[in-house]
Amino acid sequence: MTTSPAPPTGTAVPATTRPPVPDPAADERRVRPAGTSGAADRVFGAVARLSGTAVLVITGTVGLFLAVQAVPALREAGWGFVTTQAWDPGAGPFGIAAILFGTVMIGLVAIVIAIPFSIATALYISEYAPAGLKRTFISLVDLMAAVPSVVYGLWGVYFLQERAVGVAQWMSVYLGWIPIFEVPGRDPRDPLASLTDFKSSIFMAGMVVGMMITPIMTSIMREAFSQAPQGEREGAYALGATRWGMIRDVVLPFGRGAMIGGTMLGLGRALGETITVAMIISPVFQIQWTLLAKGGISVSSLIALQYGEAEGLSLSALFAAGLALFLMTMAVNFGASVVVNRSRSGAASEA
Amino acid sequence: MSVDVTRPGVPAQGPAPAAAARRTTVRPASAQVDPAPEPRRVLSSVRVSDVLALVGSALGGAALTWTVFTQLAPFSGRLGAVVVWYVCFLGLYALLVSFDESGQAVKDRIAGAVVHSFAAVLLLVLGFVVFYVVVRGVKALVHVNFFTQDLSVTGPLEPLTSGGVVHGIVGTLVEISIALVVVVPLGLTCAVFLTEFPGPYARVVRTVVEAMTALPSVIAGLFVFSLYVLILGFPRSGLAAALALGAMMLPIIVRAADVVLRLVPGSLKEASLALGASRWRTVWTVTLPTARSGLATAVILGTARGIGETSPVLLTAGFGASTNLDPREGPMVSLPLLAYELRRIPEDAMIARAFGAGTTLLLLVLVLFVVARTIGGRGPGVLSPRQQRRAAKRSADDAARLAAIAHARRRAEQDPILQPWERDSRLDLTEHDLAEHDDGPHGSDDNTP
Repeated sequence: MTTSPAPPTGTAVPATTRPPVPDPAADERRVRPAGTSGAADRVFGAVARLSGTAVLVITGTVGLFLAVQAVPALREAGWGFVTTQAWDPGAGPFGIAAILFGTVMIGLVAIVIAIPFSIATALYISEYAPAGLKRTFISLVDLMAAVPSVVYGLWGVYFLQERAVGVAQWMSVYLGWIPIFEVPGRDPRDPLASLTDFKSSIFMAGMVVGMMITPIMTSIMREAFSQAPQGEREGAYALGATRWGMIRDVVLPFGRGAMIGGTMLGLGRALGETITVAMIISPVFQIQWTLLAKGGISVSSLIALQYGEAEGLSLSALFAAGLALFLMTMAVNFGASVVVNRSRSGAASEA
Repeated sequence: MSVDVTRPGVPAQGPAPAAAARRTTVRPASAQVDPAPEPRRVLSSVRVSDVLALVGSALGGAALTWTVFTQLAPFSGRLGAVVVWYVCFLGLYALLVSFDESGQAVKDRIAGAVVHSFAAVLLLVLGFVVFYVVVRGVKALVHVNFFTQDLSVTGPLEPLTSGGVVHGIVGTLVEISIALVVVVPLGLTCAVFLTEFPGPYARVVRTVVEAMTALPSVIAGLFVFSLYVLILGFPRSGLAAALALGAMMLPIIVRAADVVLRLVPGSLKEASLALGASRWRTVWTVTLPTARSGLATAVILGTARGIGETSPVLLTAGFGASTNLDPREGPMVSLPLLAYELRRIPEDAMIARAFGAGTTLLLLVLVLFVVARTIGGRGPGVLSPRQQRRAAKRSADDAARLAAIAHARRRAEQDPILQPWERDSRLDLTEHDLAEHDDGPHGSDDNTP
């Protein structure tokens, strides 16, 4: 851009041919409207960078501060912390073997319940639902994903647990030959036996948590399914596929990454779920393979149930358990994000 | 419509004089139009036989289930009956469809039936969760004192006409407000940093933030408990709870805002930079306004997540029965914490209050969600009706102004009195005004100096 008045060379550049220039500085201003833009941009860049650093520090040091508090307990327990099945810090041995087992089992039960429902619902909303109702269903599922866990907990304790003891009993009678569905010390033929044996179990907690994570998983999967390319769908139809054939050969392969990633994110949620589990479970610090029988524990519910009386070493032990949970969820989430990002549909899927 | 094959003046093949002599039209037989109107095709994808197959197999399944449960096997229980019925229904449906369809179609129908039934069960159950909690909460909500009193003078045995959850509502609002005041500027600036300053450092920040999005909320509580209460030595308080909620919401909001900001079309930003705007002006006047609705949605949905979390508050706020307006000290309960703690007292009134607190929380989340859907849910650059009207008005104003300028220019060119250089400077002046984006029509150039 010319800033100095060039000699009139012809009519090609009209700006230079006019004799009276009203304000020579006007051109300057138009070229660079903000005279201080350099400084302002530097400040802007610095502020942005600073906020990024602040967020990085806040989110990145979570594990560090847990570890700082966990040191006394870990020093006291040593490697036994990972293998011990008891929780009596301060007075006796303590370790997270049974607690991690309960956490993982609750997560697995939740996932097993959530997978078929979330895949079917995601498919229904993206493929089967009438166009007019689609938005409503999407909003409904998103809303259910935002429902507070304490609400699910209230429902689980006062409704589901009362109703589902029958299911648990039925499973223990007819599927009791599978070890995990066995309820020890209970005669399945005794009709007068109390049903409370089936309450507060890992199965119950897993069921409520499964209901809770289903909307989140559904939302992630639906997002991916609905992005399956229209051309490939129509190609499948043009080759004579039925709707299910199209789904099986186009939509599901396209959304496979989101299905796996969404499931792992759901698992991460289930592992970390606190209040629902704490409301339902009755703490037992032993590895208990019988999922239907009363008792179990998870890391987060242990923290919620015991932090009140904890101080000194027992508080430090809770921090150590929290650190273990933190590492476990981070591993699961990291795996999920790797799977999602590698998949075809992963670029735009939201978690 | 049939077309005359031989037209006058256009000789067909063959000897021309002979063709002109014999003007016969030969039409193919198929061109004959049937005078009877063609029966209208049924476009509906639902056929009578499909419906009959569905209804029939449902009834057949019910009959089979009845037979199995009363005559054949020692089964009992409602849920068992439903499971057996469902299996029978699927089997019979497959059989009925296979009578007049191919194997592929049978698979299609069965898959459709399974997908529909699972989705229906899930949506019904999820709807029922809300319904159940609301119905049990209404018992407490109908009393006005539920929203005007706290539990400082109400014992566990008092009826629902006394006491309420106002301390929980106040606590929730105070805590979430403090958390938002801290998190929203920080989170949005960080999201802007991630999108506007890409590079290895931004990538590191983004990776860490994404990993933290699914941070268990109890861990966020422990984090603030460790840092704020144990290391810095402050008491458990509403402020600590707000910080814990903020630590939980921060990655969620950064992540969602980052996704929204990345969707802003690059051409808009480039246009702004090409006009000479500085970087931060581009962000402030182009990027952020374009993504406004998405950003609002991100913040509101993060708020909805934070408002319903119990465990961070449980670890950091402490539990009290009276209203506390000071976030710096003293226990400050929130609604979810209240619902959690109240139901531990095995009295009907307290459990009803717990459900009432849960319902209030649910309503709060619902309101937030509806607000988010109303202002958000639109892609970047997609305008609301009001914004559309405003944009249309601006555009009409521009058109009027341009027309006025063009009019003035024409008059100036036709004006014999003006000197050429005068004419030029006048034209330049109007263009200058145009560039300054002057509002209102710029007409009525006075031509007589």
